Formats: sequence, C-alpha cells, structure tokens
Amino acid sequence: MVMWSSLIKRELQLLGRQKADWLNPLVFFLLVLSLFPLGIGPEPGMLKQIAPGLVWIAALLSVLLSAERLFKDDYRYGVIEQLVAGRQGLFSYVTAKICCHWLSTGVPLILVSPLIAVLLGLDWQSWQVLVVTLILGTPVLSLLSVLGAALTMAADKGGILQALIILPLYIPLLIFASGAMEAAATALPYTGQLAVLLAFLLFALALVPLAVRQALRMNVG
Amino acid sequence: MWGSMFRWLDPYAKPETLYHLCGRLLPYLMGLALFTLLLGNIWGLAFSPADYQQGDSYRIIYIHVPSAIWSMGAYSSMAIAAFIGLVWQIRVAQWAVLAIAPIGAVYTAIALITGAAWGKPMWGTWWVWDARLTSELVLLFLYLGVIALAGAFSEAARGIKVASLLAIVGVVNLPIIHFSVEWWNTLHQGATITKFAKPSIDPSMLWPLLISLLGFALLLAALTCLRLRSQILMFEQHRPWVRQLVDSMAASHQKEQN
Repeated sequence: MVMWSSLIKRELQLLGRQKADWLNPLVFFLLVLSLFPLGIGPEPGMLKQIAPGLVWIAALLSVLLSAERLFKDDYRYGVIEQLVAGRQGLFSYVTAKICCHWLSTGVPLILVSPLIAVLLGLDWQSWQVLVVTLILGTPVLSLLSVLGAALTMAADKGGILQALIILPLYIPLLIFASGAMEAAATALPYTGQLAVLLAFLLFALALVPLAVRQALRMNVG
Repeated sequence: MWGSMFRWLDPYAKPETLYHLCGRLLPYLMGLALFTLLLGNIWGLAFSPADYQQGDSYRIIYIHVPSAIWSMGAYSSMAIAAFIGLVWQIRVAQWAVLAIAPIGAVYTAIALITGAAWGKPMWGTWWVWDARLTSELVLLFLYLGVIALAGAFSEAARGIKVASLLAIVGVVNLPIIHFSVEWWNTLHQGATITKFAKPSIDPSMLWPLLISLLGFALLLAALTCLRLRSQILMFEQHRPWVRQLVDSMAASHQKEQN
C-alpha cells in the first residue's frame, strides 16, 4: 500500500511536469468533435442524432492516442526492468499506472462533457446519460489502452500497431455506450445498457491488470 | 488422470517428435479433408433439394456455415494453444498459435464474404451492421492483430509470447459472436444445427452440411500440421536434427538425380 501510494505520487508528479501528455489528448478530443459538424453539416437535429457515436469515437481515439507513450520512458530508463527483476511492486506499478491514466484522460473528458453538450446541442437528460456512460466506460478504455501499450512496449513498430490490436476490443463498449445514449434520446429505458457497461468495467478491472503485468514481464523478457 | 495425460502428451512437446508426427498425419488429414469437402459440397451444391423459401441461393450454407463455425473453432484452438504455451512454457504450443492464426483469418474472411454474397439476394444488401456480422468482423481484426503483433518484435520468440497473450484476451469475443443472435434480435437468423434441440433443417440438407463441417475441420487440422511443420523448421533451423534432416534430404535428392 505504501508502495502503491508512492507510485501514484510519482505518476502524478510526472503528469504534472509533462502537461502535454494529458492536455494534448483533451485538445485532440475537442478538435475531432468540432471537425464533425464542419464535415457533416451544422444542422442541430442531425448533430443531436449522431452525437452519441461522435462523442464515443472521439473519446476512443483520444484515450488511445494518450496511451501510446505510456510505458516508453519507463522502459527506456530501465524502471520496468528493475520492477520485474525485483519480483515485487510490479502489480502496484500496473494499478497505479492505470489509475493515473484514467485520472489524466478519462476524468478530463467527463469534466468537459458539459461543453460537449452545448456544442452538440444535447438536452439535460441526454447529457446526464452521457456522463454516466463516460464514468462507466472511460475506466475500461484506460484499462484496455494500458494493456495495448504494455503488449507493444518493446515492439519495433509500436504506435499504429497498438491501435490495431486494441480498437477491436473497444467495439462492444462503443456499441453499448452509444446504445444507452440513443435509447435515452428516444425516451426508452437504458438501464440495461448501463448494467452491461458496469459488467464490462468490473470484468476488465478484475482481469486486465493481471494481463498487463504478464505483458510487461514478457516484454522485458 | 491429468498425470497420465501429461505423460502421454509430453514427448510431443519435443519439436522433433512433433515435426515427424505432423508429417505422418498430414497426408491422411489432407486426403480425408479433400474427400469430405468434395463429397459434402458436391452433394450440397448439386443434389440436395432447393429450399422452399430461399430457392437455390441457400446452398451457400455449405460453405458459409462450416467456415463461420470453424473460424471460431480455430480461434478457440489458437487460444488454448496460447494458454498451454504461456502457462507451461511449451514452445511448440506457442508456434502452433502462429500456425493457426492465418488459417483462422482466412476462414473468417470466407465466412464474411460468403455471408455477404448470401445477404445480397436474401436481405437485399451486401452488409448490415448486425450484431453477428460486426462481431465476426471483430474476430477478423483480432486474428490480424495477433499476426501483426507477433511480427512486430525483432526477437521472434518474444513476439509470439506477446501475441499469445493477445489471443487469450481476445477470447472474450467468442461468446459475444455465438450468442449475438440470441441477445440482439437482429437480421441474422438463429442457429440451424448448433443447438441441442432437434435441428431446424431437413435431413436431406443436414447430411451434406455435416459432411462439409467435418471437411472444413479436417482441412483446418491438415493446414495446421503443414504450417506447424514449417514453423518448427524455421525456429529450430540451427539445431542439429534439422541440419541432419536437410542433409539427408539433399542426399536423397542427389541420388534421385543421378
């Protein structure tokens, strides 16, 4: 526990010093969102209809983008090698990394969601559902992109490969999150989709950290 | 029981033994596969009765259903091999992952393409964003991801291990594909033969389908043997037994020429 809190502190300190790591994905998210009205046309009715998909695709891409360099520096400086060799603390490191990744990418998305609601013309009810899906979904996005980063850590061609292997796993999440928002927009019950999202979250929370730890060990070799 | 099973399987973890076993099995598997595929498909495509609703176009079922079922079967076997390879650190099981992946990817592609060709006359469209179609497409991407990840490392052995882990993670998609037609009531029809109840298909159509299913399974096994053999040779090329094998083959080749 002491190790975990000190690792969290370290991660947060690093994030505080390298603001680009979490600011850039956020700016990217807003930029992608503002591209759609320009590309598709600014009619409010249409925007409102496609908003659920838009928000979630932009969120997927920005979280994926932020995860690319997640382990690169620690790998290069030998931090991960030491943790693997030390036989202790690797799991705390993994969970700390996941927590901080969510704090630095998922939470900002939730915080700017009122702005998104204004931009895309969402009403109060739709915004609430958007926030709930983001709260349930972004931790899963973080977990999976950390897994992708861990798998491709020592690979020669990281970046695009990580997107290739992780995006397919995002698809169920995308389906249910935008499904919940669409159901809410047409005044249908949406608790079912939210329950499935929660199930994804709990399942991923239980298993993904173990897979990440294994992936890091393999990459160090 | 487990002990005796492992004692029986243990020798086959040795690459050389497995190489020769695959070599012995290959001609039988390939011969049987070709025979059953020809039998099932000719029977199904030419002699079984036409469907009362779908006419002759239902006949693509004899390719579509077996390839779709075995695209998932191949993924499960790949994941099982990956699990064995990672947990017990058996290298031949890890090589098997790489041997199966492209075959599974091709099966998935066949299932998607024949499905599209079937969808056009039946649903009036090549593609719909139906749950089962989408999850089968995800399966294709997973196969491609495993193949790409295995090739991304300068050290091949490490790439295979990491790709094996991805293969295990991707197993979550299998139940989604299988139950998609039950969970989401969408365009794709429900299962015809893979349920425990009486099949909703006439025996005159069922038999060629079952034979084609067997044929695709045998083809999968045969191609896996073939690819596993070349994987073993590739990874063991510096070992004495491979050198000996190559030398003896070269010698017999020369004798033939003289």
